[in-house]
Amino acid sequence: MKELNIERLHIAVGDQEIVRGLTLRVPRGEVHALMGPNGSGKSTLAKVLAGHPDYRVTAGKILMDGEDLLELEPDERARRGLFLAFQYPSEIPGVTIANFLRAALQSRLPEGGELEATDYYAKLYEKMELLGMDRSFTSRAVNEGFSGGEKKRTEILQMAVLEPKYAVLDETDSGLDIDALKTVAHGVNSLRGPNLGILLITHYQRLLNYIVPDHVHVMVAGRIVRSGRKELALELEERGYDWARDGATEPAYR
Amino acid sequence: MKTENSAVDIDRNKGDFFYPEVHVRDAGVGLSERTVHYIADVKDDPDWVREYRLRGLKTFLEKPLPTHWASKDLEAIDFNKIRYYLSPGTEPKRSWEEVPDDIKRTFERLGIPEQERKFLAGVEAQFDSEAVYSNIKKAVGEQGVIFVGSREGLKNYPEIFRKWFGKVIPIADNKFSALNSAVFSGGSFIYVPPGVKVKHPLQAYFRINAENFGQFERTLIIADEGSEVTYMEGCTAPKFNTPTLHSAVVELVALKGAKIQYITVQNWASNVFNLVTKRGLAHENAEVKWIDCNIGSRLTMKYPSVIMKGRKARGEVLSIALANDGQHQDTGAKMIHAADETTSNIVSKSISIGKGRATYRGLVHVPKHLKNCKNNTECDALLINATSRTDTYPAITVRGTGNAVQHEASVSQVSTEQIFYMQQRGLSEAQAMSLSVNGFVNDLVRQFPMEYSVELKRLIELEMEGSVG
Repeated sequence: MKELNIERLHIAVGDQEIVRGLTLRVPRGEVHALMGPNGSGKSTLAKVLAGHPDYRVTAGKILMDGEDLLELEPDERARRGLFLAFQYPSEIPGVTIANFLRAALQSRLPEGGELEATDYYAKLYEKMELLGMDRSFTSRAVNEGFSGGEKKRTEILQMAVLEPKYAVLDETDSGLDIDALKTVAHGVNSLRGPNLGILLITHYQRLLNYIVPDHVHVMVAGRIVRSGRKELALELEERGYDWARDGATEPAYR
Repeated sequence: MKTENSAVDIDRNKGDFFYPEVHVRDAGVGLSERTVHYIADVKDDPDWVREYRLRGLKTFLEKPLPTHWASKDLEAIDFNKIRYYLSPGTEPKRSWEEVPDDIKRTFERLGIPEQERKFLAGVEAQFDSEAVYSNIKKAVGEQGVIFVGSREGLKNYPEIFRKWFGKVIPIADNKFSALNSAVFSGGSFIYVPPGVKVKHPLQAYFRINAENFGQFERTLIIADEGSEVTYMEGCTAPKFNTPTLHSAVVELVALKGAKIQYITVQNWASNVFNLVTKRGLAHENAEVKWIDCNIGSRLTMKYPSVIMKGRKARGEVLSIALANDGQHQDTGAKMIHAADETTSNIVSKSISIGKGRATYRGLVHVPKHLKNCKNNTECDALLINATSRTDTYPAITVRGTGNAVQHEASVSQVSTEQIFYMQQRGLSEAQAMSLSVNGFVNDLVRQFPMEYSVELKRLIELEMEGSVG
């Protein structure tokens, strides 16, 4: 199956259970929005998908195209095609965007494989143009001294260059003004296609006006409480998360 | 990445081999007047040098080890168990073909003859106590540039040699400069005539092959008025179970308007005590620049210095230290301002890995009567693990008006979030670490000559690979 499959997942930090039996499937070619109030466990899910060492999976499975992700190190997951656009991207002082992305691409080549420099820069510049980024950006250190908007744009640039099979976008809209939001959305939309599945994590419906999802899921207190088509987001906006929680019966996917 | 210009030995294990000793001249074990006389006899020293050596010995024996501030690890050196002079008893050769087979193989394994062909203006290769090979490109020699071993310098150019020898670093500067003064052998003697700019670097390669051995090279570089020269040194030794001692003295003299750049990539094995005194004298409008990279050794104590004695003289130290398990890199810089309008710059970056320890000691001295002197000091430390250690001891005395000094220091750590972020992009933990470390030293390494910056980055990568469990 070409899908990212999360089955009855439980996640704990210390003694506290944060995700409590979450089931969700993101097939390639689709965009799934995951919405929920603060503290519902959305970002925890994102980090666990990527393999963050601080979280403990106590039960459940995560399969990517049938392969057990929980058995893999964070870098192995990335090289197999999982990408996480971070809510708070780290700064890497002294390492330029160009060098960082080159190292990331290089890590995907078989041993002894060499990246062709001219091809690489052609691709990098093409993607930067797509995101309305100036070429001089490539010589800046990754995220160092970047504005919120620049950081988010850089995340999407990395996604564009690394061409993942599945991308998790964690609150990519937070801290963006409307122009920056449009640019980022344009970038994401241009990457949509049959070979990419996207899990779009967001607090607000606003982003979904620009990146229109195929499906919407509402997460409350560590579980999916409602799933539906894109209209669900609008309904949620109108009625609020309490409505979503009260009406919860069981997950849409089994 | 291309390595064909590899300027230094990049692999720890690559230098970890040795051939059976072929020494004909051997001063035996331990240090006494007899040892000093043996060395003076073998080298056929003039009387003034023999006397100089004996004064060095006396001073060495009188001076205590630096105790109150220095590492206690110094006490692990047993001066009575070290061999102070070993040589094959032949003159340095001008062509590699003439170098004895085992020694030639050693340097071939380290890639030295290849580098010489590619980008160097001259090479000297020292094996234990003496140079076995020394050659300068014909065109450079024809400009009047002298590049020979210290013994040959003393024999063939006695006037220049004697005029400057021991003038920048006196015998009694410290216990180890005294030791070097007593038993020195090998090292380079360079003279660049007025106005001559040596385009390509001159390189010396120091190799220790023998066990229980001390290498005490003595280097003297004189750049005459308006001349320019770059000198690079590299070094390796096999890893023995007993301590090896390396205690060099390096004196630089930049006459009016001259420029000397001195580059060191120190990659000694982890049993080597590396206790080196390096100092440059910058005359009017002259510049002395030390680029100092310390990757190897068990304990390094080295603080390259510049005395700016002429108006508008400039001094600079750019240093990188990497301290891994079992290593203490005690490094830094000294800037002595002794004339008006002199400027100095110190940029020091250290990386401590595992239980490694990096120490920065800096001294900046600007006396009261001087005007318009400037110093800039930046020292940054990066800690990789919770067990890593760094210390900074700056000593800055700036008196008088119109002198400016600026000091910045920082300590940072590679965070788990940063590593996770990089891993999420596909880099292994070790690759992420080494990229972070390279980023940390990047702005400094960019100022190095190409061949060295590429190799230094690879060396850091190798160190990081071993450090991530």
